[in-house]
Amino acid sequence: MHNSSKAALQDPTWVRYGLMTLALLVIGLFLCLPLASIFFQAFAKGWQAYAEQISTPDAVSAICLTLLVSAISLPLSVVFGVSAAWAIARFDFPGKGLLTTLIDLPFSVSPVTAGLLFVLLFGAHGWFGEWLQAHDIKIIFAVPGIVFATLFITCPFVARELIPLMQEMGSEEEEAALSMGAGPWTMFWRVTLPNIKWGLLYGVVLCNARAMGEFGAVSVVSGHIAGLTNTLPLHVEATYNEYNAVGAFAAASLLTVLAVVTLVVKSYLEWQQQLNRPHN
Amino acid sequence: MSIILKNISKRFGNFSALDNINLEIPEGELVALLGPSGCGKTTLLRIIAGLERPDSGHVLLKGEDKTYHDIRDRGIGFVFQHYALFRHMTVFENIAFGMRVKPRKLRPTETQIRDKVHALLALVQLDWLYDRYPDQLSGGQRQRIALARALAVEPSVLLLDEPFGALDASVRKDLRQWLRHLHHNLNVTSIFVTHDQEEAMEVASQVVVFNHGHLEQQGTPSDIYDHPANAFVSRFIGDTNIIALESHHTDWLRSSGLDIPPQPDCLHVRPHDIDLSKATSDGAATAILKDWQHLGALIRVELAKPLPDGAEEIVYAEMPNDRFKQLALAIGDKVDLTIRQAHWFHEEIGRAPH
Ligand SMILES: Nc1ncnc2c1ncn2[C@@H]1O[C@H](COP(=O)(O)OP(=O)(O)OP(=O)(O)O)[C@@H](O)[C@H]1O
Ligand SMILES: [Mg+2]
Repeated sequence: MHNSSKAALQDPTWVRYGLMTLALLVIGLFLCLPLASIFFQAFAKGWQAYAEQISTPDAVSAICLTLLVSAISLPLSVVFGVSAAWAIARFDFPGKGLLTTLIDLPFSVSPVTAGLLFVLLFGAHGWFGEWLQAHDIKIIFAVPGIVFATLFITCPFVARELIPLMQEMGSEEEEAALSMGAGPWTMFWRVTLPNIKWGLLYGVVLCNARAMGEFGAVSVVSGHIAGLTNTLPLHVEATYNEYNAVGAFAAASLLTVLAVVTLVVKSYLEWQQQLNRPHN
Repeated sequence: MSIILKNISKRFGNFSALDNINLEIPEGELVALLGPSGCGKTTLLRIIAGLERPDSGHVLLKGEDKTYHDIRDRGIGFVFQHYALFRHMTVFENIAFGMRVKPRKLRPTETQIRDKVHALLALVQLDWLYDRYPDQLSGGQRQRIALARALAVEPSVLLLDEPFGALDASVRKDLRQWLRHLHHNLNVTSIFVTHDQEEAMEVASQVVVFNHGHLEQQGTPSDIYDHPANAFVSRFIGDTNIIALESHHTDWLRSSGLDIPPQPDCLHVRPHDIDLSKATSDGAATAILKDWQHLGALIRVELAKPLPDGAEEIVYAEMPNDRFKQLALAIGDKVDLTIRQAHWFHEEIGRAPH
C-alpha cells in the first residue's frame, strides 16, 4: 500500500533524469559559464594586467564612489526600513494600506524611469532646477543624484524584510519591557533589535548588493563623467565600450565577487533566522 | 496600592469594548476579573496598566489620577497571557531586566541583582532553571518565570492576564493554590483575568463579573454565588436550573416549598438546593427520575417534572453520594421535590450585545 502510493508519485526514470539534466544545463550554460568567463577574460592577459586595470585612476575612483554611495544609502535605508516597518507593524493609522503598497513601488518601477524621475525633479530644466542652480547646488550629474537614485531603488529591502517579521512577533515583549520601566530607546535596543537582527542583516545584505550593483537609475542621473560620477557598474560599461575587455571584466569580476559573498552571507543569515524563529 | 476606576469607556471603532466601568479595589486584595471571552477583560487590564488609553474616564492609583501617565510611572507588574518572556535572554537575564534598565543612580549592583534574581527564582521554586532560554521551558515554568520577572521591579500592583489560560488542568490546579499563597505572603494588590468561574471563586478574595463590556457585579465569591445581582451572573457562576415562569406552570414550584412573588420572568435554582424524597403518591411537586451521574463526591440526578399541558420541565439536582444511597432510588422512580432556595430575575438571561 505504502509502496504503491509512492510509486504513483514517482515519474519514470527518464523524466527525472531528463529534468535534472535540463536544469543543470540551463544553470551551467547561463550562469556558471558566463561567471567563469568573466574571470577568464579578466585574467586573459595575466595577473599583471588585471592588477593594472583595477588600479587605474578611473577604476579606483569608480570603486570609491560605489563604496561611498552604498555607505551613505545603507544607513539611510536601514533607518527608513526600521521606521516604516515599525509604523506598519505597531500602529493603526489611516493610509497604512497605501504606505504598505507604496513601499513596493521601487520594485515595480523600471530603474530607468526612477532615474528619469530625479532628472525631472532636479535636472537643469526640472522643477527645482532653477532654484538649485541659483544656489549652486549640483544634484544631477553629481554624487547626490546618484545617492538619491540608489536610495530610491534600495529603500524597500529592509522594510520588506522586517514588516512580516515584526507583525509575527507582536508587541507583547516590548510592552513587557516598558512595564518593567524601560524607556523607548532601551526597549528598542534591548528587546526589539535582538529579535529582528537576523532579518535586519538579511535586508541590509540584499540592500547592499543592490546599492553597489545598481545600473539603470544611476546611469540616467550620473552623466558618466569618468573619474567623477562613474560607479563600478557604469565603469564596466564605459571600459567595455572603449574595447578594453580586460578592464571591463576586471571591474566586473569585483562585482561578481561581491555577488558571491552576498550569496554566502545571505544563506548564512537565512540559516540563522531559521534557528531563531520562535518555537511553537 | 488601591485602584479606582471612574467611568471608564473604550471603543474600538464602532464596537464598545468597555462601557462606563466604575470599580474600586482596596489595597492588598486579590481580585478576579471574570467574564466570557471577548467581554473586555484584557482591555480593562491594559487600561489599568497604561498600555491602552481609555476614551473617557479616569484611573486612580493610590488616590492619584494616573490616566495619562506612562506605564513606567505606574508601579505595575504585568504578566501577559502568553508570558512575553524575552526569547533571546536567559531566565536569569529576563528576571534581571527590570533592575538593569533602572536609571544609573537607582540601579542595583551586579551582586545585588544576582541575589535578587536568585531569591525570586527560589520564590517561584525554579532556581535550577536560571540559565535556560524561554523556549527550553514548559508552559507552567514560563508562567512562573513571567511572574518572577514582573515581581523583580517590586510593583505595587500586579496584573495577570489569564495566568493559567494556556496550561493543562492539573498544572492549573497547583498554580492556583500557589498564587493564593504567594499573594498571601507578598500582599501586593493583584488583579487576575480569567474566564473560568471555578478559578475565580477558588483563588480570589473579590470577584468582578463582566459581560459585553459591562460590569455586572462585584463582591466576594460567596456574595456573588449566594446573591447574584442578575440572571447573567447567576448563570455564569456555578450550575443552575433556569425555569421560565409562565403562570399556569408554576403551581408545582409553590408546592415544592417556594414562595414566588407575582412578577418575575425566570427563576434560577442551584442543583444542590433541590432535595428529593421518594414519592408515595402523585403530588403537585412529583417528578420522575430519568437518569443520574456520578460526579465524584456528588451525584447529579436528572428529573423530569410533567407539566399540566403535557410537556415536561427537566431539572437537575445534586446531592452527596451517601444521601443518594440512602434514598435508594432507581431510574423511573417517582420523587417529591423540595426546593430550599431560589433566585428570580426580571430580565432574561444576560444582556443582548449592542
Ligand atoms: N485593538 C483592537 N481593535 C479592535 N477591537 C478590539 C481590539 N482589542 C480588543 N478588541 C475587541 O474588544 C473586545 C474585548 O476584547 P478583550 O481582549 O478585552 O476581551 P477579553 O475579555 O480579554 O477576551 P478573552 O477572554 O478572549 O481574552 C473584543 O470583542 C475584541 O474583539
Ligand atoms: Mg483576554
